[in-house]
Amino acid sequence: MSDADRLRLYGSEFGSRLLIGTARYASPAALEDSIRASECEMVTVSLRREAGGTRSGESFWSLIRNLGVKVLPNTAGCRTAKEAITTAQMAREVFATNWIKLEVIGEEDTLQPDVFGLIEASRTLIKDGFYVLPYMTDDLVVAEKLLDLGCQALMPWAAPIGSGRGVNNPFALRALRAHYPNTPLIIDAGIGAPSHAVAVMEMGYDAVLLNTAISRAGDPVAMARAFGLAIKAGRSAFLAKPMTPRDMAEPSTPIIGRPFDQLL
Amino acid sequence: MRILVNGLQCDVRATTLCGLLNELGYEDQKVGTAVNQEFVRSKDREMIKLKEDDAVEIVTPRQGG
Repeated sequence: MSDADRLRLYGSEFGSRLLIGTARYASPAALEDSIRASECEMVTVSLRREAGGTRSGESFWSLIRNLGVKVLPNTAGCRTAKEAITTAQMAREVFATNWIKLEVIGEEDTLQPDVFGLIEASRTLIKDGFYVLPYMTDDLVVAEKLLDLGCQALMPWAAPIGSGRGVNNPFALRALRAHYPNTPLIIDAGIGAPSHAVAVMEMGYDAVLLNTAISRAGDPVAMARAFGLAIKAGRSAFLAKPMTPRDMAEPSTPIIGRPFDQLL
Repeated sequence: MRILVNGLQCDVRATTLCGLLNELGYEDQKVGTAVNQEFVRSKDREMIKLKEDDAVEIVTPRQGG
């Protein structure tokens, strides 16, 4: 990726357009090797309860810090704006960053975002100085509200978290992209294969955030590398402006001069 | 005093959040804290008095998607 084509978010620049989650890896080594293989520069982390004296979170945090990647704390599992706000505030102190991947879950089967809670939490957190990256549906009205509040990037889903289905509603994602050509848009959730990542990058999405597609692959490190390449390929294809599809065939070899044609 | 710590009922001697962290073995650990769903900054933990039935959350870094 050229220096001119870097991902810009909240005044920071990134050479990679792939963000990856750190959960569900078989081992810390698999996580570390996958992050390196993907060449990503930002990873998501969370906060969870821990009994005193167990120090189970320390080794994970030490591993991430040593990799030198930017951390993006999430509010995963929060079901109300209040829970998300308090979690974000705790994350800011623990991880020493005002960036937050804001999730407010509204429905358990699909883990669909509660967009009303999302807007409420965004309003409070932005006033409090957070750089909010909201996990949202592909709804244009919700997008407008979040941008009005001061979100400088949006993270629509492609499909439910962990489903690996790829893009459920390409029309909605194309509409969102067309409606906000200058807003950083990151596809978050539902990507299952590198081909899905290529597809959304070819649509013009700025980046992709995924977790399970790598961590639950048979060979996570190889899959991380594949996703890194897919993101680059999709971005290059978007910048190269793909041809417009046609309904009917059009010969690619010149017609003129074809042998055996009757010229009269 | 009986309070909730990370969703579990606990009998504790501590009367402040800072004291509670020491009593439960968190000591120098990097943790985030909240009492009754309100975030408590680390520098304020000594001032926060606990009372019966308070709900305390103590969290640490973890893998996340």
